[in-house]
Amino acid sequence: MSLRPVLQSDKFIVTGEVGPPKGVDLTHVVEEVKLLAPLVDGINVTDIQAAAMRVGSMVTCHLIKDLGGEPILQMVTRDRNRLALQSDLLSAWVLGVENVLCLTGDHPTLGDHKGAKPVYDLDSVQLLKVAKGLNEGHDMMGAELEGKPDFCLGAVVTPGGNPVEMQLMKMEKKIEAGAEFIQSQAVYDIAAFASFMEQAGRAGVPVLAGIVLLKSAGMARYMNKNVAGVTVPDDLIAEMAAAGEKDKAAKAEGKKGGHQVNASIEIAGRLIRELKPLCRGVHIMPLGWGHHVPAVLKAAGL
Amino acid sequence: MTISEPKSLEEILGFLEGQRNIFLVGCTECATVVQVGGEEQVKAMAEQLEEHGKTITGTLIADPGCHLLNLKRQFREHRAEIEAADAMLIMSCGTGAQTAAIATEKPVHTGTNTLFLGCVERFGQFRELCSACGACTLEETGYICSVTRCAKGLQNGPCGGTTADGKCEVNPETDCAWLLIYNKLKDQGKLDRLKPYTAPKEAQVHPGQRTLSREGGEA
Repeated sequence: MSLRPVLQSDKFIVTGEVGPPKGVDLTHVVEEVKLLAPLVDGINVTDIQAAAMRVGSMVTCHLIKDLGGEPILQMVTRDRNRLALQSDLLSAWVLGVENVLCLTGDHPTLGDHKGAKPVYDLDSVQLLKVAKGLNEGHDMMGAELEGKPDFCLGAVVTPGGNPVEMQLMKMEKKIEAGAEFIQSQAVYDIAAFASFMEQAGRAGVPVLAGIVLLKSAGMARYMNKNVAGVTVPDDLIAEMAAAGEKDKAAKAEGKKGGHQVNASIEIAGRLIRELKPLCRGVHIMPLGWGHHVPAVLKAAGL
Repeated sequence: MTISEPKSLEEILGFLEGQRNIFLVGCTECATVVQVGGEEQVKAMAEQLEEHGKTITGTLIADPGCHLLNLKRQFREHRAEIEAADAMLIMSCGTGAQTAAIATEKPVHTGTNTLFLGCVERFGQFRELCSACGACTLEETGYICSVTRCAKGLQNGPCGGTTADGKCEVNPETDCAWLLIYNKLKDQGKLDRLKPYTAPKEAQVHPGQRTLSREGGEA
């Protein structure tokens, strides 16, 4: 079953995310998937996330399928040309993967193999159109397929992009090319997201707002400085900083901390509650804190 | 213009090991403007190589180094100096070095790394603008090439990596090409040009070396 039925329902959609490891021990991924699968509608698997070499998305998606979850294959155009992209899409379908999120992917110079040749033979809009073509039974040269897939296709948007009109224009192109759902970059500023959704609402496909769990005030400041299109407001940074101080004091007294974890869960839960009236769902990116997602969903009242 | 940078003297000396007599070739065109293979740089290289025990049999500032017939003619004019040399050091671009390798039987070495095609912004300042992709879409992108100036060569709009100050997250020194395109077309009232889908380029794929023959073209 793909994401399509849940996209077409009235349900508030929740998707999660796992990142495969660098190495072949997938114990942590299996644990996270077992925890997440019953709670979410789909689990994204990142594709050589941040251009840092690791286990692939396709095989991890297959593993999720075996564990009873609904995988969403992230596919970036950075590492494969049009032959490999189409072939991998067909292969993924053969392995039971029914959802694909199409992205361009972080540039190799931001990763751990900085001299890798960036491919970008297609961009994300072109990949969506090619994948839609496979669904229709032909490759990008028009040749007929012997058996066709039926992918539910997704795309991403950066609501905090400046100017937002430029992001909206591209999002509309993605939808026209075949995207049936949109997952957004991390959202912390509800008012800015509400204004984005006023314009994006016209697009007519479900938008899932991105939730990245804040782990500390330092992480929030780092994202403000280094992650394009993401702004963590000062009051949230202050909230995390105060929790950090409490953890420090607790540690000094030899007591159990956990204040930052609690603050992180409380913030994420609050954001989700505030986002609920604005969009069709949320996409939670726990960045290794998958074990806290059940608490986040509880805090969000889901 | 072909933009190159000099290789290190250490690397060049490595190429020239065992070859004592050297003929130096610069170029009157790009290599002169870019200051890697003009009169001054060829003279300086001659001095450096002599300090390292080499004998310079002669020098030539080719006019230009990428014109095979002209280069052959100029090599004939310097026949004695070239015959006395064990090798040539070409201080222009990759095209110049290979043109020389076709024009002479002598061993040829390059003194530069060729970087990109660019414009001269001001003295000593160069900027890459065109990738010679063979399928120009400048008419759609406000004469700002997204293939060259976007780090990912995107054709259908920006990725999410435009920073708050309008730079590219891949290289904070560089403006986001798509923001430049957006602003220019917006100023011109032509934002609609960004709406249609742009198909993947076919011409980026070339089976090996490209050649072009134009009838009536100057030899």
